[in-house]
Amino acid sequence: MPKKTLTFALMDAPYESANLTTAFRILDAAARRGHDINVFAYEGAAGLAFARQAPHPNPVHGKNLAEENHPTTKDQVAALLVEAAKNGGKVDWVNCGMCVDERGVNEFVAGTRRGSPADFQAFTDASYNTLVIPTK
Amino acid sequence: MAHYLLIESRDPFESNDVGYYYELAKGLVDAGNGVTLLLVQNGVLAARPSAHSAALSALRRSGVEVLADDFSLRERGISTLADGVAAAPIDIVVDHLEAGHKTLWH
Repeated sequence: MPKKTLTFALMDAPYESANLTTAFRILDAAARRGHDINVFAYEGAAGLAFARQAPHPNPVHGKNLAEENHPTTKDQVAALLVEAAKNGGKVDWVNCGMCVDERGVNEFVAGTRRGSPADFQAFTDASYNTLVIPTK
Repeated sequence: MAHYLLIESRDPFESNDVGYYYELAKGLVDAGNGVTLLLVQNGVLAARPSAHSAALSALRRSGVEVLADDFSLRERGISTLADGVAAAPIDIVVDHLEAGHKTLWH
């Protein structure tokens, strides 16, 4: 299958919805196939790439930081960028500017950027296909 | 003829909206379109032989391809599927996007 540009819109906040687990699985599958991927992270999803997320131990379960191995969405975003590049694709990950300002999450992992809903319009215009994953 | 991938993430035991989404799938296939319904997350709970699985079997008989995400099934310990429902990897979503099919999420 020749490389295509696919756009995804995410809206769920980190650590709250199974939608994001499924979304990252779909994004990973697209990255492994070498497609170019656009992501518009809107509303709560604007926090997915927030750089100051930190993993934590779980004292209730008696696990230290390493044992808990707590995943962060910022690491998942970074891993997606690496996986796409490894397979000849690229990821343009846009964090909604108003959304990050509202939430105070305007420090992003490298390789992602600030933008606006106009970027989503441009993404869809330039993409072969688009999937919007809304909140419930 | 257009082809649609309808992704259902909700549990029909919890949300009556799921029934409307099944009706959308039926309506699209009756109108001459190709339709695949992919159950993900709690949407796969309907894939167990249960009070809600008859609706999925009926969709399959009407021409809708009914799939259930294998990861979501494993997470929920579901190994026996209702008639007309087949397990599929999440890569199926990318297959449809690559093919230019209209892909909707509920």
